[in-house]
Amino acid sequence: MARTAVRGRLIWQAAPVASITRETTSVVTIELDPPHWPGHRAGQHLDVRLTAEDGYTAEREYSIASAPSEPVTITVERLEDGEVSPYLTGELRPGDLLELRGPVGGYFVWEPGDGGPLMLLAGGSGIVPLRSILRHRLRTGSGVPTRLLYSSRRWEDVIYRDELGQDHDGVQVGYTLTRNQPAGWTGHTGRIDSALLAEVAWPAEANPLAYICGPTSFVETAAAALVELGYPPERVKTERFGGTGGTDGRSGR
Amino acid sequence: MSPVSRGFRRLYRDPAGQDSRLPPGQHLTEGFPVLSAGPTPHTPLEEWTFSITQGSQTRKSWTWQEFQALPAETITADIHCVTRWSKLGTQWRGVSVGTLLGKAEYDAPYVMAFCDGGYTTNLPIEDITGGRAWVAFGYDDGPLEAEHGGPARLLVPHLYFWKSAKWVRGLDLRDTDEPGFWESYGYHIYGDPWREQRYAGD
Repeated sequence: MARTAVRGRLIWQAAPVASITRETTSVVTIELDPPHWPGHRAGQHLDVRLTAEDGYTAEREYSIASAPSEPVTITVERLEDGEVSPYLTGELRPGDLLELRGPVGGYFVWEPGDGGPLMLLAGGSGIVPLRSILRHRLRTGSGVPTRLLYSSRRWEDVIYRDELGQDHDGVQVGYTLTRNQPAGWTGHTGRIDSALLAEVAWPAEANPLAYICGPTSFVETAAAALVELGYPPERVKTERFGGTGGTDGRSGR
Repeated sequence: MSPVSRGFRRLYRDPAGQDSRLPPGQHLTEGFPVLSAGPTPHTPLEEWTFSITQGSQTRKSWTWQEFQALPAETITADIHCVTRWSKLGTQWRGVSVGTLLGKAEYDAPYVMAFCDGGYTTNLPIEDITGGRAWVAFGYDDGPLEAEHGGPARLLVPHLYFWKSAKWVRGLDLRDTDEPGFWESYGYHIYGDPWREQRYAGD
């Protein structure tokens, strides 16, 4: 296990919101301009803190959606019973200040030197850190062969739809839609399982490097299936989102 | 001084008396989120052992059957995850680490817990003895599920929950406090939720 260099203390800073882009009916991407950003690695996350007028604060973690060479952005899904995500997706405006600190996390990260081939598996908003990895791959000119399988409820829920639909050299993107499919859908249907992964994942002989991010049940199923296919567990990195009971953000990461 | 987030207000009131049980920056969850860096290992119980080691030397080792014969306790504890969820009043069944260390002759100020899957975490001995830490194999009247660390995990509720290593297989006695897995990736070497020691330097 690689050790990262010891870093300085992570300080809270007020970052102006540069822009907000709507991705789907419940998801926005927020570009931030933190005054002291030490740089991040693809796959890391950051902490956000909101402060109410009465002094009440709420903190959450969000995955960084942009490549290290790009402005810091996060992509946030509104959870109906959440406290922070409805604010970030509904109230926040460009020019507002958003308090953050980061970057955080050093295991679920990818650098071109880590190689591949890359097997990326995303469930819902679990696409966010994988998008950072995809953009880093593109920006650095890494030609690492890459496959992405992205599971969503419906086509309308697919985040970064246009971007993922562009033809990127050496990236194969597949979708599975679990709830309903548009007319004439030719992609996969239903929840991810061993049979689907046996069909779409790189064979273990290719020595792939896998990153899986999504809800707990998605990650458990996908990681177990890859291990069953012969992927060494240490080549399967996971990140779990488990928004439950008023918990949002990456908490249940 | 934090800027006020225009239009942000508290949506949930924690039930009476529970605010004081929440460390700074934490919020309550009713669920039990799962956080792991890799696939969930499934070690068959007949292959499972728990060992107290010191470098290459094994000072004491128990099979699953032997472990089950040790005196177990029911533990009720509030748990706090560094990703900011806290869960109050969780109930566990396990053997205290003090009981285990008491059966191995040792003289070391620190341990490195080691686990199936390669996970490690460092702990001072004084934090895991004196009834402050357990090797837990039961949760809520049932066996501990694999995704929550079963067959057995460390339970050190007074520290952030990454210190409560899942799938724990033993403790390696150490003379020095060296960083484990998450501690090597920028998380705090000790991890006291009441002092909000999330990251190195906090």
